[in-house]
Amino acid sequence: MISDETRKRFDELVKRYPEKRSALIPILHEVQAEVGYLSPEAIAWVAAYLTLSPADVMSVASFYDMLHLEPVGKHMIYACHNLTCSLLGAERLIRHLEDRLGIRMGETTPDGLISLKRMECLASCGTAPAIQIDGVYYERVTPQKLDELLEKLRNGRLQGSRT
Amino acid sequence: MAYEKILTRYRDLPNYTGTIDEYITQGGYQALPKALREFQPADLIEIVKRSGLRGRGGAGFPCGVKWGFTPKDSPKPKYLVCNCDESEPGTFKDRMLIEEEPHQLIEGLIISSYAIGCRLAFIYCRGEFVSGAQVLERALREAYGRGYLGTNILGSGFDLDVHVHRGAGAYICGEETGLLESLEGKRGQPRMKPPFPAISGLYRSPTVVNNVETLSNIPHIVLRGAEWYAGIGPPKSAGPRLFSVSGHVERPGNYELPMSITLRELIFDHAGGIPNGRRLKAVIPGGSSAPVLTEQHLDVPMDFESLAAAGSMGGSGGVIVMDDTVCMVRVGEIVSRFYHHESCGQCTQCREGTAWLHKVLRRIEHGQGRKEDLDLLLDMCDNMKGKTICVLSDAAAMPIESYLKHFREEFEIHIRERACPFEGKGAF
Amino acid sequence: MAECSVFIDGKAALVPTGTTILQAAGAVGISIPTLCHHPNLPPIGVCRLCIVDVEVGDFHKQVAACHAEVQDGMTVRTATPELERARRFALELQVADHPSECLDGETGEPCELRDLARRYGVTKRRFMEDETRYPLDESSPVVTIDLNRCILCRRCTRACSLVQGQDILWIMGRGDESRVSPALSLPLRDTACVSCGQCLAHCPTGAIRDKRPLRPPVRPEAVVTSVCPYCGCGCQLDLNVSGEQILRVTSNFDGPANRGSLCAKGRFGYHFVDSPDRLTRPRIRRDGRWEEASWDEALDLVATRLREIRDRHGPDALAVLSSAKATNEENYLIQKFARAVLGTNNVDHCARL
Repeated sequence: MISDETRKRFDELVKRYPEKRSALIPILHEVQAEVGYLSPEAIAWVAAYLTLSPADVMSVASFYDMLHLEPVGKHMIYACHNLTCSLLGAERLIRHLEDRLGIRMGETTPDGLISLKRMECLASCGTAPAIQIDGVYYERVTPQKLDELLEKLRNGRLQGSRT
Repeated sequence: MAYEKILTRYRDLPNYTGTIDEYITQGGYQALPKALREFQPADLIEIVKRSGLRGRGGAGFPCGVKWGFTPKDSPKPKYLVCNCDESEPGTFKDRMLIEEEPHQLIEGLIISSYAIGCRLAFIYCRGEFVSGAQVLERALREAYGRGYLGTNILGSGFDLDVHVHRGAGAYICGEETGLLESLEGKRGQPRMKPPFPAISGLYRSPTVVNNVETLSNIPHIVLRGAEWYAGIGPPKSAGPRLFSVSGHVERPGNYELPMSITLRELIFDHAGGIPNGRRLKAVIPGGSSAPVLTEQHLDVPMDFESLAAAGSMGGSGGVIVMDDTVCMVRVGEIVSRFYHHESCGQCTQCREGTAWLHKVLRRIEHGQGRKEDLDLLLDMCDNMKGKTICVLSDAAAMPIESYLKHFREEFEIHIRERACPFEGKGAF
Repeated sequence: MAECSVFIDGKAALVPTGTTILQAAGAVGISIPTLCHHPNLPPIGVCRLCIVDVEVGDFHKQVAACHAEVQDGMTVRTATPELERARRFALELQVADHPSECLDGETGEPCELRDLARRYGVTKRRFMEDETRYPLDESSPVVTIDLNRCILCRRCTRACSLVQGQDILWIMGRGDESRVSPALSLPLRDTACVSCGQCLAHCPTGAIRDKRPLRPPVRPEAVVTSVCPYCGCGCQLDLNVSGEQILRVTSNFDGPANRGSLCAKGRFGYHFVDSPDRLTRPRIRRDGRWEEASWDEALDLVATRLREIRDRHGPDALAVLSSAKATNEENYLIQKFARAVLGTNNVDHCARL
C-alpha cells in the first residue's frame, strides 16, 4: 500500500526523533496523502511500522481535525467559521459553497472530487474571510472569487499540497 | 516620536522575500556569533531576564525566568521547542513571522538553545501551516548550508539540530504540555503539573517551550542589549509587541508597537478606525479567550498589567474589533462553539462544561432561551475556572462572563423576545 | 525513608515522602471523592472531584489529590464550601446524560457515580441530555459495553493497556465526542481481546459490565475472598454468593499474587462449580459401566494397578502427567512420587506448550 520510496522517507524521518513514536503524526499526514484517507489498512500499516497497536494509532488520529478516518474527496476545502471570519461574511461564504457544490459542510461531492469542512481559526483574521484548499490559503474571499477558485479546482489548475 | 520597528522592519523593504542573504544584508546573523563568542550560556539567561522579555504566546511569563528553571547540570538532554501552533482566534502574527522572516526566528532559536544547553530543537507548527512549514524547512536548509546549524557552529564547539514538526489540527496543542504530548506522537492532551516542562518535558527531559514571536526578539536583545530592550514600552511589559488587529476596522493587519499604545490609538490611528461610519461596540484585546472590552476602555494601554486591571488580558495580542451591528449573543455562540470543539475531553468541567455553554448560548441566540439561563451561564463559568488540568476551561468561561457583564441586557432581550433582535440586520 | 508532616482538615499525618495527598488523607480517615482514580492505576486527574486546597509557605493553590504529592509542612483542606460546590457541579455534568435507570438504582449493578450523586444530592434538574446515544456492544462472550453509562474516567483504557498490556480499548475522538472503543469501532469480539475482564473490574459505573446481569431479587448476600482454582498462580478473587450459589466473581485488589488481575477462566469460568455434569465423587468403570465408589475403594484400585504394572512391565511402563491446576508444591510432590515411589523419570506437565 505504501511505496518503497515513501517508506524510505519514513525511515529517515524516524531518525530525527529520540523516540520513534514522535514520527506518528508526520507519517499519518503522508500516508493520508498517499492513500486518500486513513483507511483501516493504512492505520494497520502505520501501527505495524511504528510497533504500536492499531487502537492506539486510531486514538491519536481521531484527535486531530486534519486526519480523516473516513473517505474524503480528492480536494479538501476548509472554511474558517471562527469569530473574525464570521464578522466578515464566513457564513454567507459557507452557504455559497454548499449551494454551488450541492453538498453540506462535512460532506463530499458524489463524484468524490471535493470535500467541505468547517474549520476553526486558520490564523488569517487580518485577511478574513479565509479558506484553505488543499493546504493553500485563499484570503479576503468573496462569492465571486470562490466561483473562480472552484472553476480552477475542477479544471485541475489549482496547485495544492495534500500533506 | 515615530516608533522604530524591530521585528517587522523588513516589511518596509521593497521586494523582501526573507532569504538568508536578504536577512544577512539587513544585519541578520550578527547576534549569533556575538552570543557564541562573547557570552557564556548563563550570561545570556541573565541578559534575557534583564531585558524584561515576556512570552508572547498568551501567558506573558518572563522568558529569562522560564529558561532559568531548567536544571544547570542535567544528566538528560535538554530540549527547546518553538511553539508555532498559533491558533488563538484573532491572532495571525506568528504565521506572518515564519512566512516572511523565518531566519529571525531561527537565529533566536539557535541563541536560545545555546543559552539553555539544548542540542536538538523542534519547531512545532500547527497542521494548517503547510506553506509556513515549507518556508521554515527551506530556511533551515539555508542555515545549515552557512554553518549556523549542525556541528561546531561558527567554530564555537556548539552543536544544534533543528527540525520542523507539523501538528494536525488541534487548538489545545498550543498549550505547552499538550504540544509536547503531540510532539511525542500522542493525543494532544495537556499533562498534569507539576512537574513543569522545565524539569520534565519532552521525552521526560528538561524542556523550554517558547513562542515564535518571543524567540524572534532574542537576536535583537543580544545585539542591542538588555537595557535598550527594557527601555521600549512600559517597564513591566518591555519590548515591541505584534498586535493582530482584525474585524471591523479599515486596515486590519499586524501592527508592531510598544505596549504603551492605547486601544484607541491602535484601532483608530493605526488600523484606520471603524468602517462605514459605524460605532465601536466591543473589542477583544488578546485573542478570543480574553474578556471583552468596550468604548469606555479605549484609553487603556495595551500592556499586560493595564489590560488585566481593565478586567481583560494581553493574551496572544489578537485584537478583534466589533461594530454596533454585532450581536453579542451570536459572538458568544461562536466563541463557545470554538472551545466546545477544541476541548481535549479529559476534565469533566471542561469537556461537558464547554458543550453546555455552547448549547445554552445557541438556544438563547435562536430564541429558545429560558429565564434562568443567564444565571446558569454565570454559575457554569464560575465553576469552570481554576479547576482543570489546563486553562482551556478558563479560556472558555472568561469571555462569556464578560459578555454577560457588559451586555446583559442584550441577552435578556433575546430571551424576552424569543428572537435575535439583530437577525437580518447584522453582518453575520 | 524521609517523612512529611502534613495537616489535613486539621488532622496531623506523618507519611513517607512520595505519598499522594489522597493516600495521606486516607491514612487519617478522610475520604476524598474520586471517580477516575483507582489504586491499581497511575493517576490522570481528569474527573476533578479530588481537587483540594493546599498551602505550603506562600504557595496556595488547588491540586488533584490523586496526583499531587504531600510536602513537608503542607496544609490541606479537602472540603471547603468552594470545593464542594465544584464537586457538585462536576457531578451534575456527569449525571446529565447518565441513564436514569442506573441513577435510580434499578439496574442491580453497583455505580460509583450514583453513590456520589446521592451523597451530594445531585440530580438532572439543571442539565439533562439524551441518555441513550449508543447501541450496546454485546459481541463479547463475557462483557457488555454500554457507553451510555460511560463517564470517560479512562480506568478501562488504562487497565487494558497498562495493566493487561492488551491495548484493545482506547479513547477515540476528542472533547465531548470522546468515547471508549476498540480500533475501527469494531465489535469487541472481532478484536484481539482476551476476555480478561480487567476493563470491567475497573469500571466504576457498569458501562463495561458482566454480560450476565445481576437483577433483583438475585443479589449477593456475601462476598467471600477465595483463591482461583484454575492454576497454581494463586490469584485471589472474591466470590459474590447467595446461599450456596456463586453469582459473580469480582477482583480482589489486595491479593498479593495478582492485585486484582484475573484471566478469563478465573473471572468468568465459575459455572462448573454447580454444574450438574460436575463429578463430585470417584467413579470406577466395571464391565463398561461407570459406578460410583468411595475414595478408599478408588485409591486402593489405583495403587493396586500401579503396582501390578510396575511389577510386570517395569517402572518405565508408567508415566506421570500433572496439571497446572495443582500448586507448585503439589507438582513437586507428584514428580517426587514418580521418581522415588514408582521409580520412573517419565514425568510431564500440561503447561509446557
